[in-house]
Amino acid sequence: MNKPLNKMAVQTTVNGESTAFLCSPGQVLSDVLRDELELIGTKIGCNTGDCGACSVLVNDRLVCSCLVLAAEVEGQTVQTIEGIAKGGELHPVQQKLLEHGGLQCGICTPGIVVAAKALLEHNPNPTEEQARYWLAGNLCRCTGYDKIIRAVLDAAKTLREEAA
Amino acid sequence: MAVQEFLSPTSLSEAQAAFDENAASSWLAGGTDLLVGIRLGARDPARVVDLKQIPELTAIEIDDASVRIGAAASAFDVLQNSAVPTLFPGLAEALDLIGSTQIQGRCSAGGNLCNASPAADSIPALIANAAQCRILGPDGERMLPVEDFVVGPNQNALAPGELLVELLLPRPSGVTSDAYLRLTPRTEMDIAVAGASVSITLDDSRVCTAARVAIGAVAPAALLVEAAGDALVGSQLDQVAIDAAVAAVRAAAKPISDKRGTAEYRTHVVGVLVSRAIARAQARITETRP
Repeated sequence: MNKPLNKMAVQTTVNGESTAFLCSPGQVLSDVLRDELELIGTKIGCNTGDCGACSVLVNDRLVCSCLVLAAEVEGQTVQTIEGIAKGGELHPVQQKLLEHGGLQCGICTPGIVVAAKALLEHNPNPTEEQARYWLAGNLCRCTGYDKIIRAVLDAAKTLREEAA
Repeated sequence: MAVQEFLSPTSLSEAQAAFDENAASSWLAGGTDLLVGIRLGARDPARVVDLKQIPELTAIEIDDASVRIGAAASAFDVLQNSAVPTLFPGLAEALDLIGSTQIQGRCSAGGNLCNASPAADSIPALIANAAQCRILGPDGERMLPVEDFVVGPNQNALAPGELLVELLLPRPSGVTSDAYLRLTPRTEMDIAVAGASVSITLDDSRVCTAARVAIGAVAPAALLVEAAGDALVGSQLDQVAIDAAVAAVRAAAKPISDKRGTAEYRTHVVGVLVSRAIARAQARITETRP
């Protein structure tokens, strides 16, 4: 019989709210978000950091949550797809993905939204090339990327106009 | 088995105590190799010791003589540092080629070094820049040149319980610059077929007074090719000197043939990359000192 794993109590902030959870020492953040905190907007694709579907921010840094141990976020801030729309109002990145048809099956979309929003906070006026490099770790097997990139650049324009 | 314990020491002495107690311990820096290894069954630590709460491990410090990069400082943090990408544009190029934006948010130069892949992007750039590894072990501290740190594919020079604390790079003057280039079939999210990094120093009459040339993905570990650097020193980086440096790296390369390329192809390409890296580093010096 396997020795029972020690559960760890982790205190963190998720989408601005103080949050506590129990996890196993080897449990990754993506599993805790989905299975313990029921934040199932974060998707799991490859589980090896190649596809970007599980993208979240940890301390404002874009990461793959499948390559972060849940215990590592003790005392840190986590931002997921669930924190991006404000009430019923979509973030411009989400709105523009809808308008441009930048999604089909939708599995990659939460990761794309989290990564694209992080890009526009880092660089409000990216070139197409910069946007494509920043999002190179978010794989999409449906769209061929073109509509995603157009949507992100359009969202950047909207956000710049809003800030002006 | 699975990970049984996660420890997060906040000092080097705590880290050493955390590791010593258990032979099946593993250090955790960014985790972008370790967690993939655990997932794939290649690694099986019972205890994981996170290093990112130890100030020395994530610090990036610059003084008149040297630049110190904590072994667990993320690539993103190094790339966002106000000085490091300007002092070492080639090292920045290498870190910016590791994985995706998400991976760079977590991965570190120290981790890339400890993982010891023959194709690691940042290792040739660290070698070209004469980085030294500060290693802390149960018996005290030692320094090791980065070119001696990797001893074979996925094997490093750390003894059990030893910890790579930081990378120490001599601070370049305004007449020294570097470059890193690699060949991959895709532009992003790929692994080097061959890689090359150079650091060169020019005097006022544009004569090369120091040069270090390192190559990656063409041998069991990234190589410092001293003969290539020697071929450049004393020249104005004319074609004869560059041809000699290229011949030296092709002679030093001992690549394997695999799905990414044949040994013959890699040997050819690594020479091309070295000649282009020399030109790029040279341009970086002359553009800022016309």
